[in-house]
Amino acid sequence: MRVAHMVGLVAAAAIVAACGKKPEPEAVTPVADTAAANARARQDSIDAARRRAEEEAARRRAEEERLAGERAALKSDLTSAIHFDYDQAQVRGDDQANLDRKAAILQANPDVKVRIAGNADERGSDEYNLALGNRRAAAAKRYLQNKGIDAGRMEIVSYGEERPIAQGSDEAAYAQNRRDDFEVTAGNADSLAAPNR
Amino acid sequence: MTRAPGRVTALAAALLALGAGGLAAQDTVRVIGRYTPGSRPGIIVLAAPGLDSARAIVQRDLDYSDRFEAVSGADRPAGNALNYGLYKSMGATYALELVPATGGVTVRLHDVGRGTVRNQTTAPAAPAGGSVDRMALHRLSDEVVRWATGSPGYAASRLLFLGTDGRVYRIDSDGADLTPVTPAGTRAFSPAWAPDGRRFAYTRMQGGKGPIVVQPLDGGPAATVPGTGTGLNFSAAFSPDGRTVAYAHLTEDGTDVYSGNVADQCCAQRLTVGRFADNLSPTFSPDGRRIAFISTRAGTPQLYVMGADGTEQDVLAPFDYGDTGPSNAPEWSPDGANVVFHREVSRAPQVFVVDVARQRVKQVTSGGRNTDPTWAPDGRHVAFVSDRSGRLQLWVIDLESGRVRQLSTPGAVRLPAWSRRLGG
Repeated sequence: MRVAHMVGLVAAAAIVAACGKKPEPEAVTPVADTAAANARARQDSIDAARRRAEEEAARRRAEEERLAGERAALKSDLTSAIHFDYDQAQVRGDDQANLDRKAAILQANPDVKVRIAGNADERGSDEYNLALGNRRAAAAKRYLQNKGIDAGRMEIVSYGEERPIAQGSDEAAYAQNRRDDFEVTAGNADSLAAPNR
Repeated sequence: MTRAPGRVTALAAALLALGAGGLAAQDTVRVIGRYTPGSRPGIIVLAAPGLDSARAIVQRDLDYSDRFEAVSGADRPAGNALNYGLYKSMGATYALELVPATGGVTVRLHDVGRGTVRNQTTAPAAPAGGSVDRMALHRLSDEVVRWATGSPGYAASRLLFLGTDGRVYRIDSDGADLTPVTPAGTRAFSPAWAPDGRRFAYTRMQGGKGPIVVQPLDGGPAATVPGTGTGLNFSAAFSPDGRTVAYAHLTEDGTDVYSGNVADQCCAQRLTVGRFADNLSPTFSPDGRRIAFISTRAGTPQLYVMGADGTEQDVLAPFDYGDTGPSNAPEWSPDGANVVFHREVSRAPQVFVVDVARQRVKQVTSGGRNTDPTWAPDGRHVAFVSDRSGRLQLWVIDLESGRVRQLSTPGAVRLPAWSRRLGG
């Protein structure tokens, strides 16, 4: 809108300037030059405006993509699984950074609540594995509580060996199935605020 | 006993082959009694014109009872009297006769040595023109076993188990009449028989939580076990009088054993206080005074016992700390003398029996993964889940002879529970 308005002003000024001169037969070329220059100026101005608009849009897109990526990473960090050793319910050392990150995200998003679901591999007793899954979920909750997250924001459930994510009866599958899953149950998991660094 | 073994075992071999497992070599650990090959009485089930299917059912029941040597190869000439001398020469102690009766079938157990009818009864099991009442025939078979050995067989019984689709199924002890007993589309867990054989309890799984309900098998309304309305509740077990259901109640604080009064639909009682340990999988002694259960109080899950009110908790199956494998899934035997459970040996679960009085533990299975044992009503057979055939199937072991047979089902099987003897 504003760009079009300015183009109009420039064109009007050119016409006024042209009218202010005496008519001379040889002055055909300058008049033509002036008209061409005016057209060029007008086109340059349009191009520049379009460029600026496109750059702005690209900047906005990039920023949105960056933010979407950051939001996806935050969601992924908050909901990624942690894993356990066979018949154990202690949080492993290599999962502490994962839980620390979850704690920071939960702290930056006080309206978010999570459900922690404990799971077991297919070995052991079907019934015992429910209790084991429960202890695994409780271990993660206790860890996050110790990092300052309110217990009321974390629900725990156990699926025992009922929800394997890896099929097969080998250690690779077992290792993937001995896990806690994290699911956002309140607040918007897709627009998490980043924790302060 | 004098007998020509080569002549009497043709039918036995055929029946063993039908049993799919036959005399499986890997399960010959003898647990409770001493088994002497050849010490079982021989029995011949005489041809029964017009009652072929009934005869086949009874013959198989007697085979599965593991109380007899099956004798065959001769038969009664049509219209003639029983040839006791011939049966005796073949090694038979008993001859079983099935004859059509008004509205049913009469069975006669003949004492071959004395040449007399030892016992007989008539049951409406195979009415002329009607379909065979399998359960009535199973009850006849169990009665024949009682006549001959003093204690009844276990044919008139059924098992519940969890199928891969999450439904509970019911199956006869001989593998017949597979029927789902929970609704399609719902996930069930831990089925358990009520002592009356007319109801069962199971967990209705709902998003990691679930109540235990008592469901009549005739399809009547279900009732929620008191105390199971919140959290996840599983591993239900009825008290022998049917008034109480003990179960594991799982909350954020851990897993503990509770009991709920289902007779009055009121009141739940907490029996264990786990704090940092889990307590689960209760099973009542047949006198109702004690409960065996699993606890992780020593680290790995192991077998303990307590009073039915939660007092006097103690180890039931001895274990070496840090050495003995995890132990799970106990069930008290019908005679009260033993508790069967599974324990991991080199990370593979095997069926074990512990003698309650002497606390002696014996391994029953080896080879493959063998879990979730459950007693047959006769207290000498145990069904369990095994992967020995490549997928999880039901198998039945006779603890006295070590003989194993497969109880085939179309799909995989989990968490079996064997009923008591089922009445008419």
